[in-house]
Amino acid sequence: MLDNIDWEVVQLALPLLTEGLWNTVRITVLAIVIGTLAGFLLGLMSVSRVKILEWVIAAYVDFVRGTPLLIQIFLVYFALPVIGIEVGEYWAGVLALSFNAAGFIAEVVRAGIGSIDVGQTEAAKSIGMTYRQILVHILLPQIYRPILPPLTNELITLVKGSALLSVISVYELTRAGQAVISQYFVPLEIYTLLALYYYVLISLLTRLSRWLERKVLAY
Amino acid sequence: MAVLSPTETALKPLLQVKGLTKRYGPSTAVSHCSFGVDEGKTVVIVGPSGSGKTTLLRCINYLEIPDAGQVILKGEVIGQRQIHKQGQAWKPISERALARQRQRIGFVFQRFNLFAHLSALDNVAVGPHRVLGLSRSAAQDLAARQLERVFLKEHSHKRPHQLSGGQQQRVAIARCLAMSPDLMLFDEPTSALDPELVTEVLEVMRELARDGMTMVVVSHEMGFARQVAQQVIFMDEGSIVEQGEPDAIFDRPQEPRTQQFLSKVLV
Ligand SMILES: Nc1ncnc2c1ncn2[C@@H]1O[C@H](COP(=O)(O)OP(=O)(O)O)[C@@H](O)[C@H]1O
Ligand SMILES: [Mg+2]
Repeated sequence: MLDNIDWEVVQLALPLLTEGLWNTVRITVLAIVIGTLAGFLLGLMSVSRVKILEWVIAAYVDFVRGTPLLIQIFLVYFALPVIGIEVGEYWAGVLALSFNAAGFIAEVVRAGIGSIDVGQTEAAKSIGMTYRQILVHILLPQIYRPILPPLTNELITLVKGSALLSVISVYELTRAGQAVISQYFVPLEIYTLLALYYYVLISLLTRLSRWLERKVLAY
Repeated sequence: MAVLSPTETALKPLLQVKGLTKRYGPSTAVSHCSFGVDEGKTVVIVGPSGSGKTTLLRCINYLEIPDAGQVILKGEVIGQRQIHKQGQAWKPISERALARQRQRIGFVFQRFNLFAHLSALDNVAVGPHRVLGLSRSAAQDLAARQLERVFLKEHSHKRPHQLSGGQQQRVAIARCLAMSPDLMLFDEPTSALDPELVTEVLEVMRELARDGMTMVVVSHEMGFARQVAQQVIFMDEGSIVEQGEPDAIFDRPQEPRTQQFLSKVLV
């Protein structure tokens, strides 16, 4: 089995893949930051008790959950130029992943806020806090710990989803691998390497999340 | 605003509850309840489980919106405003206006409901800081004084989960006191406590009554009611069945339902 592996090609491929990996890291970090910020904002809006906002967010979340990420990527890629935004495939990819993650994270935030015992909200009301003050000072500070595990899951999904950006020619890890394959035709070796790279990335993310849970958010 | 002139106010009870009614679907949890509490007095409400005591209390500070009736605190109608001067049309007030009125009504919950992420000190300070607009340090000074008042000075840095039930309830009382309320409502403040922790909470409440706080207390602590209350209200099936001075209600209840209830709890 090992005799069949073309080690020479693997060696040639490594620098190319590393470039792709670097792009994947940059794209996912950007999408994680944008998606998480937007997700928190949307999540807060979805519990704002402003009916119209709540409807819009609910529809948005529904759309993101109800359609394949692949289609969402194509939509963003082809729709942005139509509305006059020329950003190229790289940023189209970042935005598509961010939009997608934001929808799922909005749901995580909404559920997190809903999970805090309603008694605390009532106590806050009874000392004269408005709903906005309760959200900001009582509920929001308490959700980070309960939402960290589901949030991590969404971010892992995001990292995996970034592989789909290869379809709009973003030169990320999967696309880099495919380029190597089409040049040397060593699919098994390269896909094995890709799997390893993604695995390491996601393991790092999981570790970071566990560390946060233990050290930073422990109280 | 239904604000009465100062002379009128002086003659009226601090709190007036008029015909308060609350329905849940087809069932009526509170039915046409009326009573008044004079400034500095304590009213204790007793009654069997499910008789509407909690709902009545929650309607007083509009945690529950009553279907009919009015709550008037120091001459000001809570939670509603009149649209036409003469007409009967009442409308709910804005969330901000209601929040403002709630500052003046402390509520002590059966299950304490402390803010889990905050220390005892910050549980008490958060109201003065965020609601009353005191600086953080001024709010914490005030909080420290209130914690001292409920004998918890040494525990001020602890989180709720590091405190016993009795201590948590006293923090909850201090949290109300820090807002300098005109009125305090207590919903079975000791019924979630282990028996040995009940006294420390009742002691604090006794002290409050002595200091002239106006209180409405739902409780089955008959000893406390006798010592502290000027008025006892017996509720059953959403209605006030009988009210009077503690000795009158406990020793010479007039209504059969009161007699029946007391014969069960006083044994
Ligand atoms: N949120 C609610 N929804 C429906 N029914 C309720 C609700 N809260 C209270 N009730 C009903 O109202 C009645 C009075 O309840 P409650 O005020 O809690 O009584 P008490 O405090 O005297 O035990 C009960 O029959 C209870 O089931
Ligand atoms: Mg009750």
